[in-house]
Amino acid sequence: RVAITAGEYKSYLRMSSIGTGYDFSAGQFSPDGRVFQVEYAQKAVENSGSVIAVRGSDGVVFGVEKIITSQLYEQGNNRRVQSVDDHIGGAVAGMLSDARAIVARAREEATDYRDVYQVPIPLKMLCERLGHYVHLYTVYGGLRPFGVSILLGSWDELNGAKLMEIDPSGSARGYYGCAVGKGKQNAKTEIEKLDMTKLTCRELIKEVAKIIYSVHDEVKDKHFELELSWIGKDTGGKHQIVPKDLYDEAVKYAEEALNDSDDEDNVM
Amino acid sequence: KQWYQRRVAITAGTLGSYGSLARFRDIQRLMKVNDSTIIGGFGDYADFQFLMKLLRQQTIDDEVVGDGVYRDAPAIHNWLRCVLYNRRTKFNPLWNTIVVAGKNYGGEPYLGYVDKIGVAFEEKTVATGFGSYIALPMMRKAMDENPDMGVEEAKAVLKRCLRVLFYRDCRSLNRFQIGVVSAGETSISEPMSADTDWSIGANPSGYE
Repeated sequence: RVAITAGEYKSYLRMSSIGTGYDFSAGQFSPDGRVFQVEYAQKAVENSGSVIAVRGSDGVVFGVEKIITSQLYEQGNNRRVQSVDDHIGGAVAGMLSDARAIVARAREEATDYRDVYQVPIPLKMLCERLGHYVHLYTVYGGLRPFGVSILLGSWDELNGAKLMEIDPSGSARGYYGCAVGKGKQNAKTEIEKLDMTKLTCRELIKEVAKIIYSVHDEVKDKHFELELSWIGKDTGGKHQIVPKDLYDEAVKYAEEALNDSDDEDNVM
Repeated sequence: KQWYQRRVAITAGTLGSYGSLARFRDIQRLMKVNDSTIIGGFGDYADFQFLMKLLRQQTIDDEVVGDGVYRDAPAIHNWLRCVLYNRRTKFNPLWNTIVVAGKNYGGEPYLGYVDKIGVAFEEKTVATGFGSYIALPMMRKAMDENPDMGVEEAKAVLKRCLRVLFYRDCRSLNRFQIGVVSAGETSISEPMSADTDWSIGANPSGYE
């Protein structure tokens, strides 16, 4: 027969990733238990430039593949690594304006905590609060979820390095190494190869740069700017952009590694 | 209780009195706000702690922008003036006299005074409490004789003033810190004491 009933058509849709009819608001579940608005928000993150963060033996390193869509943009603008308070660093993937709203909220939480408890906010507490805030936007029909994943890291003498990720669903997870964005599958594979707990931040800066360069797709996105930041023993527990000399060294290492792997392909 | 400063060098005692009781003898009355500013507080210590908390948050807000630019000494001075004057206007003053020592964006030395009624000015030598009666004339004389003195000379003048203040102020303690803001470094010293000579007190006769 040629036609199908409405019921059969609906059961087709159940299997697909298009949530027609059940994706109008975050206030709805689909029949197979998914909240499509949150999944669409996660897609927004997947379409952004790669962001990776790695937790080493004495700190956390963040690397961002900031895709540049126009040569007219001023260099160093639209920074995707941000500081929350002075002892926590973050890198964002997804919609930049949503990201700014989340970082602003994180800063407010950190200020409030410091005001009440007279100590800097521990990373775990910040992630709890921020996760709760992001989750808030996934339960109401009138709001849309944040299209942002934020990676947050800190280091202090007592507790060592910590790294956590908050995704658009509001769940906060701790990681040794984390990747989000376009090249996240490849990046994750590369990160798994690293023995992170043994490497120091100085070494990891170079490895992170190498991974970003290797997952960058030259064909689809011509130009990109690598943003590197770190927080650890070498920075006295303060989140900073990696200083120029270390940055240049890391970029050189990454470019050389890329050329070597290109040569290997040619030899075959 | 009293303290004083000259361009670039600032000093404050470490005493927190409770009336005439020398209750807390090791408190910090100098605060490094950022690399260009040190402030010193006189008066109610709780109010000073409140101001220190607000200033600490301002420095964090500057750091988080990530461009390496922090509020300079004139900016902090002006902000304090706004806060203190507004509070006095509402009949709820912060009972402090604050000295702001530091440098401006151009690197030039800056020394300012703000008090609980919102009076604010910039001067080469500044003092609070007993210091304004005893130490200020000494500092002004030293500045007149040697207007371009360096950090070490300035510190020596301050120590001399502190010694005289310890001699003359009954409610004082011989323990203080000296903070320096210079082109190179901004830091506050560990607590130290002035050398004193009480030998003339051994055999008084009459008023001598």
